[in-house]
Amino acid sequence: MDSLVIDIAVLVLAGFVGFAVISKVPNTLHTPLMSGTNAIHGIVVLGGLLLMSEAHGILEQILLVIAVAFGTINVVGGFLVTDRMLGMFKSKPEPVKAQPDDAEDPEAGA
Amino acid sequence: MLAGATVFLQTTNFIDASYIVAFGLMIYGMMGLTGPRTAVRGNQTAAVGMAVAVIATLLRKGEFHGSATVWLILVGIVIGTAIGVPAARNVKMTAMPQMVALFNGVGGGAVALIAWVEYRHAFSRGGFGDWSLRVMIFELFGAIVGSISFWGSGIAFGKLQEILPGRPIKLPGRAQPVLNLALLVIAVGSAVVLCAGTHSQVLFIVGILLVAAVLGNMLVLPIGGADMPVVISLLNAFTGLSAAATGVALSNPVMIVAGMIVGASGTILTDQMAKAMNRSVPAIVAGGFGGAVAAPAAGAGSTEGQTVRSTSAADVAIQLTYARQVVVAPGYGMAVAQAQHAVRELERALEEKGVEVKYAIHPVAGRMPGHMNVLLAEADVPYELLREMDDINPEFSRTDVTLVIGANDVTNPAAKNEPGSPIYGMPILEVDRSAAVIVLKRSMASGFAGIDNPLFYDPKTSLLFGDAKASVSEITAEVQAL
Repeated sequence: MDSLVIDIAVLVLAGFVGFAVISKVPNTLHTPLMSGTNAIHGIVVLGGLLLMSEAHGILEQILLVIAVAFGTINVVGGFLVTDRMLGMFKSKPEPVKAQPDDAEDPEAGA
Repeated sequence: MLAGATVFLQTTNFIDASYIVAFGLMIYGMMGLTGPRTAVRGNQTAAVGMAVAVIATLLRKGEFHGSATVWLILVGIVIGTAIGVPAARNVKMTAMPQMVALFNGVGGGAVALIAWVEYRHAFSRGGFGDWSLRVMIFELFGAIVGSISFWGSGIAFGKLQEILPGRPIKLPGRAQPVLNLALLVIAVGSAVVLCAGTHSQVLFIVGILLVAAVLGNMLVLPIGGADMPVVISLLNAFTGLSAAATGVALSNPVMIVAGMIVGASGTILTDQMAKAMNRSVPAIVAGGFGGAVAAPAAGAGSTEGQTVRSTSAADVAIQLTYARQVVVAPGYGMAVAQAQHAVRELERALEEKGVEVKYAIHPVAGRMPGHMNVLLAEADVPYELLREMDDINPEFSRTDVTLVIGANDVTNPAAKNEPGSPIYGMPILEVDRSAAVIVLKRSMASGFAGIDNPLFYDPKTSLLFGDAKASVSEITAEVQAL
């Protein structure tokens, strides 16, 4: 098979995988999902890395340095801010539920 | 031995295998985002996948061909890190919509720049082999969509950061959609001319990058604040799809897969947000609803001449304390007033009095998908208390008091009852079904859609005027004093 055909096959399949996975993300996590996907589309940094050695002249070098910087902002910033945000999503603290029992019977184990 | 290992690490097979591992980790990581418990690990897994992809690319044979390459790559990475890390560390949760808009934009910008360099390479070689048509079609798509995303996100950032006015800015009448369509035709037309074999860098820069830039501005300027969740999602999808197109042009599987995941995610979110507003994406892109004052039809639904009942913090505190179940319905006003921590304090005070408190989250409350959830999570509200619209709506009939904080259109019963209303058919939080409603409002100004809200005139509704944060703190103090 022509490699272009293979690439387009990957494109289509990845689209279906994306739909299947992302459809299951609950509304609660939509903002982290968006910042997480911000990080993932930072994959364009690879484009800059792949082309840099072929850059001719100062203009192409500047364009690619900016592209690499943009991609890096996406990757580093996106994953960090998502991590920070997800760290805030906490479940109900367990001790609160256990408190009434503890008060009555401190010896009772968890 | 060591040399042998180095050679192996540089083989195409090893690098391709690493790419497969990389996108596998990214997909697995995104699967973790389906629940708050697994999400942190999921995000970290995806980050490892990204690191694998970057390292594999740097290992490639000939990657550092040319003495300047290593330094140029280093400069790019250092600049990106120096900007990205402090931004991610310091951004306030209330400013997340701007941050996401900005991140969408730089991704799109990177795609457009890469496309430009790829075009110059094709131009300098001058030849048209098999590869060049592939590169051409996908890079030109990436250039157009990436450029739209970059400039559109810039405008969205400006509106959210309030550098630009949030109201729609548009040409009169039908001129705006016609102009946008014309710009799109010019950009696509230029792309076709370039693909047909005309080599002209001027045409690429002017016909593709510049026209798409203007189009990006023109698409987002007419969009009002309340439609922002849709626009941010759409720009997210654009950036993802343009990244995937670059992946095809460079025949890089990990770029294709990662780009398509983002494209799918953005598309799903766009669709969900548009559904939650009962509007079509083309209608939103055409603009002119969010913020444009649609003259309310004076008729059966008119609220003119009706009076509202205002209340005091002390009365609200009594109502809340003697309730069995209280539902809080927050909106963008809570974000503006930064009232989330005060709201959490009130919830704690009420829980100590034995009142059950839940939060009703409308999908388009705020300026981006999930905006309210993040703010409340920041204020340590356990995510179990955050209920989605379909989940909480049946509960309102069992709710004693609903506290509406800075939300308007998403609670407007006209969406259900008045076929003439501009928001008729939009799914809403059915707060009017609870026994009593308290609305915290800054003033009697109408919501972002400019539509009068009959909820305020409902006999069981009382309004507490003032800054949301101050009002909530006052109520909390009164509750604690009871």
